[in-house]
Amino acid sequence: MDDTTSAAAEPDRLRLLRVLGPAHVWALGVGIVLVGEYMGWNFSVGKGGMIAGLMACWVAGLLYTCVAMIDSEVTSTVAAAGGQYAQAKHIVGPLMAFNVGLFLVMAYTMLEAANAITVGFLLDTVAGMRGQAGLNQQPFIVLAIMFLAWLNYRGVLATLTFNLVITAIAFLAIVALFVSVQFGASAVPLDFSAITSDPLPYGWLGIVASLHFGLWYYLGIEGTCQAAEEVRSPARSLPYGTMAGIMTLLIAATMTWYICSGLMPWEYLGQAGTPLFDAARVTGSTGLMVLLFVGTAFATLASANGCINDASRAWFSMSRDRYLPSWFGAVHPVYRTPYRAIVFLVPIALIFALGAPLDQVVTFSILSGLLGYTFMTFNMVMFRNKWPLGKIKRGYVHPFHPLPTVVLLILCSTAYFAVFLGYGTQLSAMMCFYIVASLWFHFRRYKFVRRGDQFTMPWPKPHGY
Amino acid sequence: MAYEPPKQSFAGQIFDVITLLVLTIGALYIPLYLGLAGAAKVPDPIPDPTWEALGQNATEQQQWVALGITDPAAANDIITARFDYSFSWTSLIVMAVLVIGYFVMVVRLSDREYREVIEERFGTKRR
Repeated sequence: MDDTTSAAAEPDRLRLLRVLGPAHVWALGVGIVLVGEYMGWNFSVGKGGMIAGLMACWVAGLLYTCVAMIDSEVTSTVAAAGGQYAQAKHIVGPLMAFNVGLFLVMAYTMLEAANAITVGFLLDTVAGMRGQAGLNQQPFIVLAIMFLAWLNYRGVLATLTFNLVITAIAFLAIVALFVSVQFGASAVPLDFSAITSDPLPYGWLGIVASLHFGLWYYLGIEGTCQAAEEVRSPARSLPYGTMAGIMTLLIAATMTWYICSGLMPWEYLGQAGTPLFDAARVTGSTGLMVLLFVGTAFATLASANGCINDASRAWFSMSRDRYLPSWFGAVHPVYRTPYRAIVFLVPIALIFALGAPLDQVVTFSILSGLLGYTFMTFNMVMFRNKWPLGKIKRGYVHPFHPLPTVVLLILCSTAYFAVFLGYGTQLSAMMCFYIVASLWFHFRRYKFVRRGDQFTMPWPKPHGY
Repeated sequence: MAYEPPKQSFAGQIFDVITLLVLTIGALYIPLYLGLAGAAKVPDPIPDPTWEALGQNATEQQQWVALGITDPAAANDIITARFDYSFSWTSLIVMAVLVIGYFVMVVRLSDREYREVIEERFGTKRR
């Protein structure tokens, strides 16, 4: 029976539109993640000091390079909406797929909440500079989430084209700040004396601890494959878009660390809400301040926009497979978007955006992402074992297997320890949440799932089954 | 014969969604809301702080001023706050068991479900 190929059973139903190219994939990935340069990454400096922040930036960059390599191979082969969720369904099994779907929904919804918090904080900071301290941030948080949800409701092409433009502006704002400061535009000079006077305030343990928020530089790049079903040529566009995204982010992350660490004392930087905007404030240049205000606002909006897109696709995919109530699996008859999933996730984002501190929300997002990266390690091994090279057509084959998988597993284990240092309670809460949710799915929800429909790729029977 | 799942009523669907919502808010939000979870970063302010006593050189002092913090006392908590990274090996082991146990449980239960999927799709039960 090994040579039997699964018929791609695709019942007649309203499908998502295939309208996206590599640039949209890049915009989706970088758009979600670039905000990590505008806020959140700097908590890694707070956890370990200035040098630790830079090392976390690069080590996390290595982790995400492994993620992008692995993800590009699996996604270019399993090109279905839901990204890693669809991969887990075909390679590991329904319960793993349910968990991966939840990782994606939680990581992106928490990231969306963090973005909204930053929008409110940014406006409050600017209001304070204009002598209007004490601005009520909540209406702006609500408005940002509602507006972007509406945009997503109306259509994916408009949404990601919007992202493409504002992401490019946000990226250019970082480059402009870097170049301007290099050419002496700052009233206050760059100062890296803390590297020698206070190099490792927590010792080597601080370097490990800082990896926790170092992930924030890149968290969400794997979201490129969420739109696999809406990409015109997944085998070409997804690897190109994802790898170009990682390269963009590595450059932006290093420039960001350099500018922010040079323009702010590390103790301030380690707890700042909007570090790049603060760096622009230190330069004393009104033009740079306006530019980085716009950059921060655009980066947060682009990220929240991409997060709504990705979280709703994951929720939609799970509902379509009956892992969640099938009512959420509806496609809008006019806009062809998963509109019920989009609307349902709005209040969850609002609850966390309005009621939880930024670093806690960021930590929940990071933890869900981290669980997803851990899944990728054994998922990759199982993928190669169940369908060895040559058995099925792959859009992209990543080199040096299993080295990226082994490196990723080691870095993920280190990152769990990093989160444990200082945020162990959140790690416990998150693990309890996923354990209970898994038991709920296996013993309660799985009975509503059609078994055979969980395997839709036209592949032969997996080796060993 | 292929497995035919029961049809879930609308009320059942609502119940399942509420369960997930309660789980999300109960496990993740309420501990935050009640202040049971938080970063273990504690300020250790020094008496009568000056920029020099806080270890800030001339350039860093300029940077603080540019950031709108002109009084060293206002920066005292920020500069002196530190994480406490002391931990017990027991709690670390418990955490490791929790994470590894979670993945082992999910993969094993998934495999059981996956065999049903493969059997129905490729095996004698294929529709």
